[in-house]
Amino acid sequence: MDQNKNKTIVDKAWDFMASVKLAIVVFALIALTSIVGTVIEQNADPAKNLKVIGDLFGQGAAPKLYMMFERLGFMDMYRSWWFTTFLLLFAANLIICSVDRLPKIWKLVKNPIKPMSREHLQAIPVKREATVQGRIETIRDKIFSAAKKAGIKLSESTETGEVQLYGEKGRFSRLGVYVVHLSIIVILLGSVAGLYLGFKGYAEIPEGAVYTVAFKPIGEISAAAQNEQRTIINALQNAGGNIAAAADSLGVTAKRLDKRARRLGILPLGFGVRLDNFEVEFYESPGRRTDMPKEYASNLSVVDNGKVVLQKRIEVNDPLKYKGVTFYQSSYGLTQSDRLTFVFKLTSRSGASDTVSVRTGEKFTIPGTSVVASVSEFNPALAFDQSGRPFTYTRLMNNPAVKLNIKDSAGDYSKWIMRRNPNTWKLTTGDVVQFQDVFGAQYTGLQVRNDPGVWLVYLGCLLMAIGLYMAFFTSHRKLWVVLATSKGSTAVTVAASANKNREGFERKIDKMISLLGEGGNK
Amino acid sequence: MNSSMLYGVANVAYITAMMAYIAYLMTKKNAIGQAATTITVIGFISHTLAFFMRWYEFSQLPEMSDMGIVRAIPLTNLYESLIFFVWCLILGYLIIEFKYKNRSFGAFVTPVAAVVLAFISLAGISTDIEPLVPALQSNWLLIHVFMSFSSYSCFALSFSTALMYLIITTDKKTDSSYIFWTVTLGVFIVVLAAMGLDYLKFKLPGMGSDQFIQNYLFKATFASPSLGVVFVSLVVSIAFIFAIWNWGGSLKNIVLNFGISPQVLDEITYKSIAIGFPIFTLGGLIFGAIWADQAWGVYWSWDPKETWSLITWLVYAFFLHARLLRGWKGHKMAVVAVIGFVAVIFTYLGVNLLLSGLHAYGSA
Repeated sequence: MDQNKNKTIVDKAWDFMASVKLAIVVFALIALTSIVGTVIEQNADPAKNLKVIGDLFGQGAAPKLYMMFERLGFMDMYRSWWFTTFLLLFAANLIICSVDRLPKIWKLVKNPIKPMSREHLQAIPVKREATVQGRIETIRDKIFSAAKKAGIKLSESTETGEVQLYGEKGRFSRLGVYVVHLSIIVILLGSVAGLYLGFKGYAEIPEGAVYTVAFKPIGEISAAAQNEQRTIINALQNAGGNIAAAADSLGVTAKRLDKRARRLGILPLGFGVRLDNFEVEFYESPGRRTDMPKEYASNLSVVDNGKVVLQKRIEVNDPLKYKGVTFYQSSYGLTQSDRLTFVFKLTSRSGASDTVSVRTGEKFTIPGTSVVASVSEFNPALAFDQSGRPFTYTRLMNNPAVKLNIKDSAGDYSKWIMRRNPNTWKLTTGDVVQFQDVFGAQYTGLQVRNDPGVWLVYLGCLLMAIGLYMAFFTSHRKLWVVLATSKGSTAVTVAASANKNREGFERKIDKMISLLGEGGNK
Repeated sequence: MNSSMLYGVANVAYITAMMAYIAYLMTKKNAIGQAATTITVIGFISHTLAFFMRWYEFSQLPEMSDMGIVRAIPLTNLYESLIFFVWCLILGYLIIEFKYKNRSFGAFVTPVAAVVLAFISLAGISTDIEPLVPALQSNWLLIHVFMSFSSYSCFALSFSTALMYLIITTDKKTDSSYIFWTVTLGVFIVVLAAMGLDYLKFKLPGMGSDQFIQNYLFKATFASPSLGVVFVSLVVSIAFIFAIWNWGGSLKNIVLNFGISPQVLDEITYKSIAIGFPIFTLGGLIFGAIWADQAWGVYWSWDPKETWSLITWLVYAFFLHARLLRGWKGHKMAVVAVIGFVAVIFTYLGVNLLLSGLHAYGSA
């Protein structure tokens, strides 16, 4: 008695977990909560979301509502325990409903089509009857070839006492939906693997610097933790990224160092990445200079064990990969550094030329002349206001310019020269100072990722494409044709079924039958 | 001859066609119906030429000289994608017209196209050819955007037929399906009218060109600083929606005159979704994820665009499961199809215009 009762509860639970009803509830839960997650900006500055909530529900209620939403985890909802639960329910429902239905479908797929008696054929959804001129053998051959054209290979049987042709195609179409279900599970597994075994971080590397770590955001931490952070970063930097060496210098095991580092938002790479040069190319056409970036690129060198082992120029759609870690070009910006190096190509009026690299204040001479110049000021985005005063118009290096102090035979003066505007390069003496580059002013923002699960995600994507094709663009078509001689002609009885697009199959069958008649009249 | 002239021809043709289809629906004169089809086909041919011409023009921009022809496909901003959506929609409609030999769908599909065209001008969306930002310089652009919009068009078709289905099969005013379709239609018209007022009040006097929608949406009506205006707008809108609810039944008789059976509408709704869903899943979600993985190193980041695509996907997945496993038909399915398309609209326009995220370059 007890056991029976238990079993029914388990059965009930199983049925519930396999039910479409649960699927619908989970779909709705994921969809509705996701909407909230798109309105409340995730992991954003509280002020931003306070404003959004205030706009929607009134300023007075905003702080209280914000507190409530925050407590419920909506500020980082896709990682909250309850959203994870929805996803788990979704996966469980998907697996259980597939397991529940698969055996029945599998039987349909595994057991090939069989000849059937006329009574059984009555129950098949599509039926056609026709009487066609011609002997049974001729008609049979015609049906064979017509079916072959439609992709169905027919077999012949006389088991039922009559000539019966039967065949099917696209049996596996019925499995398509389960392939899609499986693909979703594979993708979810891949993402979980990435989440637990990999890392995702960010690094802003200034020109010329080598980084052996990336960072991930963690909340505010204590002063002691900040100290520890600094110690770990220094140790890793000094060891050139070699985790074992850094651990030695700190007197801990490599495993422990890695663990501590991650807890503090530091992701040790195991090697170093150097930014050799960063450049932005803007859309330009003759007479038109825009501030719209066409491409931005970082020249990176991978330094492993003190040696440069790999060099690559990365762009937005073209990352660098080394030892399972991928570096994506993500953003860029200006550093706070004042240790800049300027590269000028100097060409005197007489044609003598030279290239120099100088720092701010450092004097240089135009070759073959007595003109001496030095950089007194750098501006990353120079513009002049209406009264002619210089100002910086963006926080990016959209129009790098230097102010040169120049001393020539006529006396002293100063002049702005801009890298993107060759007209500004000419001095009053006719000598040219070409502003070729500034080094150290920009950093590159790199997305750094190590995702051992990504191949599963790709595999899942491939499976899903195959499954979708099977499920939506193929169908399981079955065809039975019974032939009988009647008064010198042949009576054809057709029965057919298709699990999808039955009308299309019916049209094909009608055409086939009409062609049989045509041939018979010949 | 350049692309914008050809687009102009197509626009005029589609709007004329819409009026012709509606006139045909009212008068049932065959000549008018044939004229409507002819005008639509002319518009479609012109539109097709315009698309390829714009592609060519884009590839000829000096800025684009080293990018290759594939990346110059004109599907890179809001204007181009909306126009392409209209193209797919008209193509889908023409296929249905020839297959089902029934023109009355035209009176429901061409208005959707006209609304999109009106939206382009109302929202003040830039029609300029712009060079590509770095993130878009990928061959995935072509396939991702092309498939996404093909699927959106399938969903738009299912929306039209689902709405027709609801119109001709509901009669009691207290019926929840009846209330659903009248209110949905009413809200659609109210939103567009409110945007039209924004346009008249702010855009015409030349205020705000950048991010017009973001800054001025409903400022002339529901979001006006004056409480009186807000109140009047609300009252007028509610009265309007009430009017549609009250007199919506007369639409039914017009549509019924044509003898389209509800079964055919139900079937087209289902079939459009059955075609749109796999295309959307593959082109929109999967290819989008693969591209994001290669460009940004994250295949899924829950940014608003991705999340709304997922919501749309869930709605249509629900549609298919309810129909194929539970055997739902009729009203319930039509309501889900309409909701699905509302999600599509939000995925595309709402997210671009109202929310921020990685896909922000698609904004007006």
